[in-house]
Amino acid sequence: MIKMLAFQTLRVVSLEILGSSCNLLANNVRSITKRCSPRSLQSQILRPLSSHQHNLKVPKVPTWEHVPEEELPRPTKIPADLVDRLERLALVDFRTQQGLECLEKAIRFADQLHVVDTSGVEPMDSVLEDRALYLRDDTVTEGDCAEELLKLAKNTVEEYFVAPPGNIPLPKREERAAILRHSEF
Amino acid sequence: MSTSLSSCASCSRSDSVQSGRPSATSPRHWKSSATSPTSPTMARSRFAPQQLVGVVGLEIHAQISSNTKLFSGSSVQFLAPPNSSVSFFDASLPGTLPVLNRRCVEAAVMTGLALNCTINKKSVFDRKHYFYADLPAGYQITQQRRPVAVDGVLTYSFLGGRKRSQVMRKNVHIKQIQLEQDSGKSLHDDVNSQTLIDLNRAGVGLMELVMEPDMSCGEEAAAAVRELQLILQALGTCQGNMSEGQLRVDANVSVHRPGEPLGTRTEVKNINSIRYLARAIDFEVQRQTAVVRRGGAVLNETRAYDSKSGPSPSCRFMPEPNLPPLLVFEDEASLPAGVEAGEAVLLRTLRARLPELPSVRRDRLVQTYGLLPEHSFTLVNEDGLMEYFEAVMKGTSRDPRKVIGWVTNELLGLLKQQDLSVSHSPVLPAALAELLELQEAGCISSSAAKQVFQEMWRSPGKAALQIIQELDLGLVSDAADLHRICQKVVDSHPDKVRAVRSGNQKVLNKLMGLVQKETKGRADPVLVREILQEKTS
Repeated sequence: MIKMLAFQTLRVVSLEILGSSCNLLANNVRSITKRCSPRSLQSQILRPLSSHQHNLKVPKVPTWEHVPEEELPRPTKIPADLVDRLERLALVDFRTQQGLECLEKAIRFADQLHVVDTSGVEPMDSVLEDRALYLRDDTVTEGDCAEELLKLAKNTVEEYFVAPPGNIPLPKREERAAILRHSEF
Repeated sequence: MSTSLSSCASCSRSDSVQSGRPSATSPRHWKSSATSPTSPTMARSRFAPQQLVGVVGLEIHAQISSNTKLFSGSSVQFLAPPNSSVSFFDASLPGTLPVLNRRCVEAAVMTGLALNCTINKKSVFDRKHYFYADLPAGYQITQQRRPVAVDGVLTYSFLGGRKRSQVMRKNVHIKQIQLEQDSGKSLHDDVNSQTLIDLNRAGVGLMELVMEPDMSCGEEAAAAVRELQLILQALGTCQGNMSEGQLRVDANVSVHRPGEPLGTRTEVKNINSIRYLARAIDFEVQRQTAVVRRGGAVLNETRAYDSKSGPSPSCRFMPEPNLPPLLVFEDEASLPAGVEAGEAVLLRTLRARLPELPSVRRDRLVQTYGLLPEHSFTLVNEDGLMEYFEAVMKGTSRDPRKVIGWVTNELLGLLKQQDLSVSHSPVLPAALAELLELQEAGCISSSAAKQVFQEMWRSPGKAALQIIQELDLGLVSDAADLHRICQKVVDSHPDKVRAVRSGNQKVLNKLMGLVQKETKGRADPVLVREILQEKTS
């Protein structure tokens, strides 16, 4: 009896949650809910949802502990020329002091990792590190789809993709400030 | 640019480079053009003992000779219609993943083995991020941190010495060999101010060979690249054609005084022939030497020999998360469970597959035929010349040391003059062998043989015998005829005869020359000498 109830709850909960998550994924709510027919989704649920109380892998109470300030290394100060360099390499714009503070806070948050003792542990590059890297045979299996690829580009000239001329470097900080003063931001 | 000279002490050259300004102590002339050297021998003795020497390090990108690209199954072709051999992964469409090509791994490992490298049984891939229109993903998959091969040696030789007849051997240390992706090609359309991108080349496998700065001038660098080209071609891992972009060389050049720290280096890029490489490097060494002597500072920059500046030098690296480490195994016995022998890269199998390398080939020629090192060097250096020589040797019983002269002087001379490759020689090995046999048998003299050779070159297909008959170059061995001619010469040069009689043997050669002139070079020299000696005794 209890089992039946549990299963029914499972079903209902699953449909509700899936319905709402589908909404989140797409802007067009209507079309998605139409497509997510309950019956098809039902057959795909084979494991307990992580939010359901029967799931044993997720702890019932949060186990995260706040790391005290003293245990963290010294806060990283980011000099202006480093910011410039990062902006140039990554083509992002930190724009305001607020942006910079946001970056510093993010670094501070990541500093908590230093509290973990990693001596004798190799850093992980890839979650696939225990798998054998598959090596492919040297035979032609793809290509020959120029038309299809060119269709994806906004600008093409006779089977070539068109790109803007060279790299447009980010203007210097002073020039940028002048440009921004005139912009709506 | 006549910059075939440099001030490197390690080169066995007797020339040195002229600086931009004459020193206060020497009243010699100097030319203002940086390209023409003057007063070579004086310059060296006047300068301070610590001369500025060039330091050259090479970064070589060799395009792997394979059917498909490094991480995708699209084909590798030269001159295919634009964007026709591009897969979704090459175009970096979202949702695509790299799948490593076994042939490319084997090529890199074989190249590493041939260059005496240590093969890393475990190597990893990284992403090198930079923005450029021909790199659709915004990053290049490479092996910066732990490449597939490290710590090798390339031994190269070149003809040096005063007469350029001495084989000099040098070593250059290879820091690492890594697998990486090639970028696409960009064509600049200045008319419409836009860049056209062709991704056919994007994703093609490259082996990047990083060499330590062990070289000091253009000649050394050129010889090293030539040797590498021969090795790669022998292995079949890269066709090594620089003009087609299969082998790309960037040189890092700086100058310093031996013992002092290295100077600032500049990068010379975009070189598409070995000759250009030597010139560009020498020019750069010259330029930097002049700057330093003037008291200036060399700027760290990239000098493109022609055009196009590459992406900015600083790039961000991160490990490639989509690829587990690359493992190569010693042999089948060391394979872990679940890995088939046919799917893995086995060092023992690859070692057994290594072909005869150029240096081994040169030694073999010296051993088998008793040739001088410089001859075997020339034979191996020219495409197809060794095969030609061996084919000629099959058709004649003459001493190889006599045959080699014909191949490296007569044949090669004409080929170079008309800019032909050995495979396009109008005279086939069998025909040359026939000619040499005729000479050996005494049908023609050596000078006549050279004439016949020229004629055979001009009319390919004509047999040597036919030409000899047509031009009447047959050796005159008729004793009576020769006696008559010799007598004639002796009679008309009594003063010379007297000189020979009084002991001056050298004049005999002059008499022989006169006889040869009479017979148009067709007299048997041995007989002529005998007869003349008889007549002048």
